[in-house]
Amino acid sequence: MGANSASLSKEQVLDAFRRMRTIREFEDRVHIKNQSGEIPGFIHLSAGQEASAVGICMCLAEDEHITSTHRGHGHSLAKGCDVVAMMDEIYAKRSGLCGGKGGSMHMADLSKGMIGANGIVGGGVPLAAGAALKSHVLGLDKASVAFFGDGAYNEGATLETMNLAKVLNLPMVFAMENNGYGEATPADYAIGGDVLERARGFGLETYAVDGHDFFAVYDVASRAIQDARERKGPVLLHISLYRYYGHFEGDAASYRPEGEAATVREEKDCLMLFRCDAVTGGLVSDAELDQVEAEVTALLDAAVEHAVAAESPGAEDLLTDVYASY
Amino acid sequence: MAQKSFREAINEALHEEMARDDTVFVIGEDIAGGTGGDGEEDAWGGVMGVTKGLLGRFGSNRVIDTPISEMSYIGAAVGAAATGMRPVAELMFCDFAGCCFDQLMNQAAKLRYMLGGQAKVPLVVRMQCGGGFNAAAQHSQTLHALFTHIPGLKVVMPSNPRDAKGLLVEAIRDDDPVMFMEHKFMYDDKGDVPDEPYTIPLGIADYTRDGEDVTICALGRMVNLSNQAADELAKEGIACTVVDLRCTSPLDEESVLESLEETGRLVIVDEGYPRCGFAADVAALAARSGFGYLKAPVQTVTPPHTTIPFAPILEELYIPDVDRIKQAVKATLA
Repeated sequence: MGANSASLSKEQVLDAFRRMRTIREFEDRVHIKNQSGEIPGFIHLSAGQEASAVGICMCLAEDEHITSTHRGHGHSLAKGCDVVAMMDEIYAKRSGLCGGKGGSMHMADLSKGMIGANGIVGGGVPLAAGAALKSHVLGLDKASVAFFGDGAYNEGATLETMNLAKVLNLPMVFAMENNGYGEATPADYAIGGDVLERARGFGLETYAVDGHDFFAVYDVASRAIQDARERKGPVLLHISLYRYYGHFEGDAASYRPEGEAATVREEKDCLMLFRCDAVTGGLVSDAELDQVEAEVTALLDAAVEHAVAAESPGAEDLLTDVYASY
Repeated sequence: MAQKSFREAINEALHEEMARDDTVFVIGEDIAGGTGGDGEEDAWGGVMGVTKGLLGRFGSNRVIDTPISEMSYIGAAVGAAATGMRPVAELMFCDFAGCCFDQLMNQAAKLRYMLGGQAKVPLVVRMQCGGGFNAAAQHSQTLHALFTHIPGLKVVMPSNPRDAKGLLVEAIRDDDPVMFMEHKFMYDDKGDVPDEPYTIPLGIADYTRDGEDVTICALGRMVNLSNQAADELAKEGIACTVVDLRCTSPLDEESVLESLEETGRLVIVDEGYPRCGFAADVAALAARSGFGYLKAPVQTVTPPHTTIPFAPILEELYIPDVDRIKQAVKATLA
C-alpha cells in the first residue's frame, strides 16, 4: 500500500468497497436480467474492472469531469451516478438517468461530473480534453479523466488528443484500461509497439498499474491527477485488468482461452484482493465489509424492483431534447 | 451605419462576444498563426484573416492555436461546451469535417438527446464553404446539407456582412451546436453593418427582393446571384421575390410557403450537391405543403452531381450562375 492510499480514512475505505461492490452487483444483475429478456439494447459489462473505476474516481472532486466508454456502468457508479436512476435507464424508463433516451451506452450525469459513456470507441477522449480546456481557459485547478480501453488506444481521436493535451498542457489524465481484448481481438495483436513508449512519444508522463489492486490504482491516480491539476503535464495510466463477461452481452467470448476468466476471478478478483488487503492491513473488519455487501444487495434489489415498475416514456418524449430551442 | 466587409463583420462579432462573456473563446488551426515561433505573432489571424487581432486583446488562453488535428480540437470544443463554455471553433474549410465528423455527428449533435436533456452544447463551428477559387475538390464544397441532415445541429449560411455579424452573435449565444458557414468568395464583400449591437434570430428568412411572379429561394452567395438575376429579370418585366433563408436548420418554411402562395412558382438556387440536397429538400416542402399553390413544376439550380473540378473553365460550368437562374425562372413561366 502506497503513501496516498495509506492515508485513506476508514470511511473512505468502506466507501471504496461499497462503490466497487455496487458496480459488481449492478453488472451481475444486468447480466441476469438481460439473459431473461427484460432489458432491451446493447449491453457491455465491466465486472472485474471495478478497482480502476473506483480507484480513479475517488481522487476526483464532484465538479471534476470524466468521460467513459461503451463499457461505462462502472465509471458512472464510481463517479456518483444514482444507482436507481441508472437501473431505470437500463430498463428504458422515463425516470432513467437519461430519461430512457440514452440507455447503457450513454449513461451520464453532468451534475456529478460524468459527461457520459460513449458508443463510439475513442469518442469520449477529446470530450474529456474539453473539460480540461475549460480549466485552461478559465484558470481553474480542476483535472479531467478520459477512461478508454485498449481498443481506443488505436483510435486517431485518442492519439490526436494526447498530442493536443501535451501541446496545450491540459490538466487531464488518460486512463487506458487494458482488459486484454478490443472486442474479440487481443490487445497484444492490435497495439503496435509498446503502450507506454507510445504515450512517452507524445511527451506524456506514464504509469503502469495492476488494475486489480484498488490501492495501487488509487496511489498512482491520486498522484497523476494532482500533477495534472498543478499543470505539470498530462499523464497516461496503463491499467491492466480483465472483464469477466464477453465484449457484449451474448458474446460467448470464445476468442479467449478456456478457463482464462475463471482463473482471473479466482486469483486476482479486485473485490477479493481489496478485502484481503483492507482486513489484513487492519483498516476494516470482515464483518464491516459483510455489512456493506448486504446493504448493496438490498440496494440493487430495490433498484431492479423500481426499474421494473417504473413508467416507460411515451410518444410525447420522442421529440423533446433534440435542441435546447428550435 | 458603416460599410464593412464580411470579414470585418465576423471579426467584430467575435470581439464583442468575447468581451461580453468570459466563457466565449476561439480555437482552431492558425487562428492566430505563428504561436510558439520566433516570427510575427498573430501572423495570419486565421487562414482568411477573420480572427486577426483577437490574440492581442484576449490572449493565448482564449485564442487557442491548435495542432492540425481536427478530431481533437473539435472534440475538445464539444466537451468544453458540454461543461459550460461557449467555444467558437474554426474548422477552416467545411471539407475538413471529414476529419472530425464523429465529433460533430455523434457527439455535438446527440449529447443533449442521449442524455435526456441534461446537456446543452453551445458550440459554434465556423467554416468556409463554396467554390470559385479554383481550389478543387477538397477545398470548395458547400456541405450544409450534410449537417442539416443531422438532428441536433443548427446550420447557418449568411449572405451579407450585416447578417454575418447578427447571425454569428446569435449563434454564439444559442444553446445548441451551430455550424456557421462562410462563403470564401464573400470575405471582401462590403455592406451596411449597424453600429449599435444587434442580433438576428436563427430560422427567420429575409426577403431581399419582392415580386409577384416567381419565388427564388437561396442561401449565402447564391442569394447575391439570385438578387442579380432578379434585377435583370425585372428589366424584362418578370418580378421575382428572393427569399434569403439564412439558415437550413431551423428552416423558415413559413416564409417559403407564404411567398409561394403569392407567386405560385418556385426556383431554388443552391451551391450544394443536388442528391438529397438542400434544393431537393425545399422542393419537397413545396410538394408536401404548397402543392396547391404551384402553377408550374419547381425548378432547381444546383451544380451537377459531380466532384468540384480544378480547371477554371470547368469550375465556371459547375457553379450556378446568373444566367442559369434566369433560365430557371423563365422555365417556371413557360
